[in-house]
Amino acid sequence: MSDRLEVLKTSKLFIDGKFPRSESGRSMIVHDRAGKVLAHASRASRKDLREAVEAARRAQPGWAGATAYNRGQVLYRLAEMVEGKAAELAALIDACESGAPGTAAEGGAGEVRACVDRLVAYAGWADKYSQVLGCNNPVAGPYYNFTVPEPTGVVCVLAPASPSLLGLVALAAPALCAGNAVVAVASGASPLPAAVFAEGVATCDLPGGVLNILTTQQDELTSHAASHRDIDAIHAAGLDAKNTELVRAGVAENLKRVVVRSLDRADWFDPRLCENPWWIEGFVEMKTMWHPASV
Amino acid sequence: MARTTPKRTSPTTKAPKPDRATPRGKAGSRAAAQATPAASSKPSRGGTWDYAPAPETVKVAIAEHYDLFINGEFVPPREGDAHFDTINPANESVLSRVAQGSPEDVDRAVRAAREAFPAWSGLKPIERAKYIFRLARRIQERARELAVLETLDSGKPIKESRDVDLPLVAAHFFYHAGWADKLAYAFPGRAPRPIGVCAQVIPWNFPLLMAAWKLAPALACGNTCVLKPAETTPLSALRLAEICREIELPPGVVNIVTGDGRTGAALVSHPDVDKVAFTGSTDVGKRIAKSVAATSKRLTLELGGKSANIIFEDASIDQAIEGIISGIYFNQGEVCCAGSRLLVQESILDRVVKKLRVRMASLRVGDPMDKNTDVGAMNSAQQLATVQKYLALGIDEGAELVLPGVRGEVEAQTPTRGFSKGYYCRPCFFTGVQPSHTIAREEIFGPVLSVMSFRTPEEAIARANNTPYGLAAGVWTDKGSKIFDVARKLKAGVVWMNTYNKFDPASPFGGFKESGFGREGGVQGLRAYVKLDS
Repeated sequence: MSDRLEVLKTSKLFIDGKFPRSESGRSMIVHDRAGKVLAHASRASRKDLREAVEAARRAQPGWAGATAYNRGQVLYRLAEMVEGKAAELAALIDACESGAPGTAAEGGAGEVRACVDRLVAYAGWADKYSQVLGCNNPVAGPYYNFTVPEPTGVVCVLAPASPSLLGLVALAAPALCAGNAVVAVASGASPLPAAVFAEGVATCDLPGGVLNILTTQQDELTSHAASHRDIDAIHAAGLDAKNTELVRAGVAENLKRVVVRSLDRADWFDPRLCENPWWIEGFVEMKTMWHPASV
Repeated sequence: MARTTPKRTSPTTKAPKPDRATPRGKAGSRAAAQATPAASSKPSRGGTWDYAPAPETVKVAIAEHYDLFINGEFVPPREGDAHFDTINPANESVLSRVAQGSPEDVDRAVRAAREAFPAWSGLKPIERAKYIFRLARRIQERARELAVLETLDSGKPIKESRDVDLPLVAAHFFYHAGWADKLAYAFPGRAPRPIGVCAQVIPWNFPLLMAAWKLAPALACGNTCVLKPAETTPLSALRLAEICREIELPPGVVNIVTGDGRTGAALVSHPDVDKVAFTGSTDVGKRIAKSVAATSKRLTLELGGKSANIIFEDASIDQAIEGIISGIYFNQGEVCCAGSRLLVQESILDRVVKKLRVRMASLRVGDPMDKNTDVGAMNSAQQLATVQKYLALGIDEGAELVLPGVRGEVEAQTPTRGFSKGYYCRPCFFTGVQPSHTIAREEIFGPVLSVMSFRTPEEAIARANNTPYGLAAGVWTDKGSKIFDVARKLKAGVVWMNTYNKFDPASPFGGFKESGFGREGGVQGLRAYVKLDS
């Protein structure tokens, strides 16, 4: 018996810039890969999801109204925060994430490096994607006509189990850089990296409510997210066939924009595949404006 | 404020009687307007115009019946004599009989498209482009014939099918033809590939134009298509099928299966379809979304709208009036992006309403085949009934109807023709509309405008955005910074600033929110027809 008892942390949810426990009072046990109890995490309920969506809805106009330059800087700041927590995050990933090789480039340390780089990439995209996705249109008449991408609104991210943190970051960052607010539901299998990542989010100048992070048994919230009428889009990966159908059926609810990705673990680490404006494009709405250009 | 109709009565039964004694050809719509109590209290200013009949004289051959266009051939439906009438909504006469495509017919068409896909997608892109250019040219050459056919089958004025629909149809094919060999430039950093077989279901309001919006980008991107035209307007698409044969488009690249909603349902749920594109009502769009949820089919939806047209006190009022008129009465208001909610700044409300009434009264309603006609026939008896339902609802809920759109009064309003048949609805608008009124919330799809007022730009924006839809919007002001500020804050896929209802193949069209997703036209429109992930 050691002469000092370790202080154990039960990770909490991250909603509206604050760290509440689940309103349901529930928590869940997190095991490491060997099946040993590693820690406890708050287990978000349907009501927590609703509250996170409300917070996101409130925060979204302000975030969308920030300059693209400012959004880019804030996301870069988030990358700085994650870099600072690299050791802690890597250890958690190596301890509990399935499929993460212990030491290779795709292990915990590699995954955290990829997260940082992914955030840096999308920080850079914040003030560029609209120049790639938007344009002037040469209409046949005396009109000035142009198309600009605008954020879709509130995007729900359903993160994969592996890579749990990179998956969450890669799904959230494109939506965030375009001025959307995000409610991310981490994988139930590996909630701790997401919970610690939230501590980085809390200190990175991202306004409260712009990125909310819930840990829970993800399955429990999938159908609620799909049918929630105030979620404008879903960006998901790693869903089984049943949950994929559930999420896609959410289109019928309120014309949600739904992107369900299916990537191998190694694909998530591929910048060519994951760091491009076509990942942003699913979470913007193209607005085309006409004005007469003759007197 | 004009009160033309007593409240709590059906506009069909209690509308003011038109002056039947009005001699044809004299005074025209003004006379009709003056026949209503409202209009007689506001005499029109300036001279009135006489219009002699100006019928479109081009004759178009229409066969007694049409079969399905599958694999480059016209083939009868499998279920023997399964044909239904398509009628001319201007006079309710039967134009032809059209095949009711069964699930088995849909299957044949999808198989034809599947078999044609490898060769079509593997064709040298410039060759694919040349086929589409050929289509565009042949459409231009046969434009008048197609315009006449379109007007006969749909009820839209010949002026519009000739000067708007057909030029846009040809332009749409011409624009997209040129993309076929340039797709890599449209998607920087990606290698776009075609998706496969596209199931495309289109509405009756712009029958051939919607066919062009669907087919042109799909073909340019290397896909093959099965197109289901609307039940009430199949003829122009079938004529397009003939053109596909004329230009020697490889069999199976375009297939056209006519029929009603059952045919459409069979098509979108066919297991070998890779992509579904639908234009129509939000309800049907949601049903389609549900039906493809368990599949990997890609989906784009262009659905309904309840678009706001905002006019500020510092707008050029006369220009704005023209824009409001074309915004709601173009194509009998049967336009998904129709500016059906007019938001007027309070200080100019009376002036705008007065001018609107005068201008509305000058619209010539009647025979779509008359070159002077501004507002033709509603597409179907069913659509006319829907519009009448909303007129009654609007009155019931306490709004005030100005110049009711009523069947049976058309004769007096049209100097050039008398009608005993046809689905006509006079242009009209409601004043005293509350945002909670059904007519201010639901898509009517007819020549019915809801007029509301606002005080501040913030209020205008909030009210414009207070709808599940987000297809289009209009803003009228001569102040540059204000127009951009408002346009930026409107949640709509198309914002017309100091103009309305302008379309171009290079200009993407499509909605925010429940008006659907995906764009049609422009470089953004190509996205719906390519795969990008490697």
